[in-house]
Amino acid sequence: MHFVDRVRQRLDDAELQHNLKRTRGRNAASRAAAVAAFPDFDAVRARATEIRARVLRDLDLWLEAFEAKATESGATVLWARDGEHACELIIDIARRHGVRTVVKSKSMVSEEAGLNAALEAADIRPVETDLGEYILQINDNEPPSHIIMPVIHKSKEQVSALFARVHGTAPKTDIEALTHEARAVLRPQFLGADMGLSGGNFLIAETGSVAIVTNEGNGRLCTTLPRVHVALTGIEKVIPTLEDLSTLLRVLPRSATGQAITNYVSLLTGPRHAGDPDGPEHMYFVLVDGGRADLVGSDFEDMLRCIRCGACMNHCPVYQTIGGHAYGWVYPGPMGSVLTPLYQGLDKALDLPQAATLCNQCSVVCPVSIPLPELMRRLREKQMEQGLRPWRERLATRLWAWAAARPALYAWGARIAVRYLRWLADGRDRIQVMGLAPGWTAQRDFPAPAGATFRDLYARRRQGRA
Amino acid sequence: MSTRDDILGRLRRQLGRTGSGLAEARRRIRDEIDTPRSGPRPSPGDDPERFIGRARAMLSTVDGCATMDEVPAKVAGWLRAQGLTTRLVIAPAFAGLDWSGAGCEVRAGAAGPHDAVGLTGCFRAIAETGTLMLRSGADMPPVNSLLPDTHIAVVPRTCIVPDMETAWTHARAEWRHWPRAVNLVSGPSRTADIEQTIVLGAHGPYRVHLIIVG
Repeated sequence: MHFVDRVRQRLDDAELQHNLKRTRGRNAASRAAAVAAFPDFDAVRARATEIRARVLRDLDLWLEAFEAKATESGATVLWARDGEHACELIIDIARRHGVRTVVKSKSMVSEEAGLNAALEAADIRPVETDLGEYILQINDNEPPSHIIMPVIHKSKEQVSALFARVHGTAPKTDIEALTHEARAVLRPQFLGADMGLSGGNFLIAETGSVAIVTNEGNGRLCTTLPRVHVALTGIEKVIPTLEDLSTLLRVLPRSATGQAITNYVSLLTGPRHAGDPDGPEHMYFVLVDGGRADLVGSDFEDMLRCIRCGACMNHCPVYQTIGGHAYGWVYPGPMGSVLTPLYQGLDKALDLPQAATLCNQCSVVCPVSIPLPELMRRLREKQMEQGLRPWRERLATRLWAWAAARPALYAWGARIAVRYLRWLADGRDRIQVMGLAPGWTAQRDFPAPAGATFRDLYARRRQGRA
Repeated sequence: MSTRDDILGRLRRQLGRTGSGLAEARRRIRDEIDTPRSGPRPSPGDDPERFIGRARAMLSTVDGCATMDEVPAKVAGWLRAQGLTTRLVIAPAFAGLDWSGAGCEVRAGAAGPHDAVGLTGCFRAIAETGTLMLRSGADMPPVNSLLPDTHIAVVPRTCIVPDMETAWTHARAEWRHWPRAVNLVSGPSRTADIEQTIVLGAHGPYRVHLIIVG
C-alpha cells in the first residue's frame, strides 16, 4: 500500500486517533522535565555527539578493537552482510546448540532482519519478552509502531481483549493486572529457553562488552538464564570506553522516557567463568552491516550517530498524528524517514523524506544532534537528481530554475503571482482555496501576500536611501 | 572474501585509509582506550545523602544500621513489617552473619525460581542516580537480584561513590578479571508499555530494599 493511502487509513481510524491523542505530548513533557532537572544536559549532549562522531571516523578500527577484546573474553564475533545473512548465522548457532526455544529481549535489528519469521521457518520458537513486543507477537506478529514503546498505539481494552483470547483468562482492564498476567506467562519461558537473543544499545571496545538498557528486566533474564546468548546489533553501535558509556547513559534515558537512568543497565562480557553459578555457556555477537558501512563518509554519515531513543518521533507533529505503522517499515518518525530510504532504497520510500514539516523539533531534541531535517532535504535532492519525483514536479522545478536564472522575467512573474494571490485572498490575510493547487489548501490555509514583492520593496528601500 | 573482511574493507575505502595512516590511527585508538577521558559530570555534593535521595526517587526503599552485625535483624524486621517470608537466599559473601539469631532461614548460593527473597551486596553505589553496581561471580550470583520478587542489597557507606566514572576507575583497579556481567540496578523492575502507565514488577523484583551500613 502507498504511504499516502496508509496515512489516510490511519487518520480515518477513530480508535487509533483516540489512542494517539491519549499519549500525545506526554513523552515530550517527560523529556523536558528531565532535561530541566539536569543542568549539565547541553554539555553532556555535546560530548555524546562528539563521541559518536569520533567513533564513525575510525569505525573500522573500533570494530577491530571491540572484536579483539570480545574474542579474548571467550565470545564469538560473527559478521552479517544484511538481515537475511544475520538470520542464517543465528539459525546456524541455534542448530549447533540444539536450541528449540529462543527468548528475545527487544532488538530493532531483529525487526530489520525479520528474525522471528526466519526462526519459525527453521522450526525454532521465538518468544518476545518485552511486554510491548510480546503483545505484538501474540497479536499475529503485528509490527511495532514506536522504537521503544512498541504498543503506544494500543489501548488497555485492546490488550485486555487480546490476553483474554490468547491466554484464555477473564478480560481485565486493570493495567497492573495485565502486566502481571504477562509476567506469569513469560517467567516459565525464560526458565525453559535454550537461547537468549538480545539487541545491544552499545558495544564497548575497551572491554568487548555489550551494554543493554532496559526497565523491565527481561534483558537480564534473556542474557542470564539460557545456555546460549546471542547479541544482535548494528556495526555502528561501538563506543570506545566505559567513560563514554557513562556519558551516553546520561542522555539516552532522559531523551527516551525522561528517566535519569533506566532500572537496568547490563554489561555482558563473554560466557560464564569457571565457578560462576549462572550465566550462558556460550556467547555470540552478530554484527550487522545492512547498509550501514555505505553511509560512513557519505552525506548521510550523521545518521549513524543515532542511539535509538525515540525522542525525534515523540516530538514530531507528523508521527504524533499518523502513528508509526503508516511509515511502512521498522523505523518510524523522522529517524525512520531518513533510515528507511537509506537501508531499503530511495525508490522504495519516496514519500518518507517529504512526510515532514521540517519544523526541526526532532533535531533540537536529538541527544546526538543529528540534523534530521537537513538529511531529509538531502534525500529530496537525491530523489530529484535520480529522476524519482513525479514528472509534474520535475517540470515545475525546471521551469522555476529557468525563470530564476532570468531576473527580469522572474520579477515580472513574481509580480503577477502576487497579484493573483491577493485577488484570491480577496481582502483577507489567508487564502482558503488555492486556485491552481486546491490540494495544498484542503487541510490548511495559505498566507496571503502582504503587498509588493520582496524585490520591489528592496528596490524602493535602496532608492529611499540614495 | 569473508563478510568481516568485506565490511572492514568497505569501511576503509569509504574512510580513505592508507597503509601508513592505518598504523598511526591504530596507535591513537590504543591510546584512547588506555587513557579514557571523562565527559562533563554533575558537580558532587554529599554522596551518601544524594544516593539515598536518588535511590528513593527510583522507588527503592532505604534503611540503615551502624555495623554489619546488625544487618540480619534489620532484614528480618523489614521483611516481617512487609508481611514477607523471612526465608531468603543470600550471596555467599554474607554467610558469616548470624541469620538464625535474627529469625531468618537462609541459604547461601544462587537463587532459583522458587526463592522469594534474594540478598546481595554491591560493588559500588552510584550517588548521581541511586544505582547499585553489581558484578557477577561465585560470591555474588546475578540471579539473586533478578529472580526473587524481593531484592535486598547491603550497601556499605564506604561503597558510595559520586558517579559511574568513579566506579569504573575502582573496577579497573580492583578486578583482576573483568566479570561476565556488571549489572546497574536502580530500583524495582518496571514497565510503562500499556498506555504509558508505570507498573512495578514487570519481569524482575517488585521491590528493592537497601540497607546502608556505617
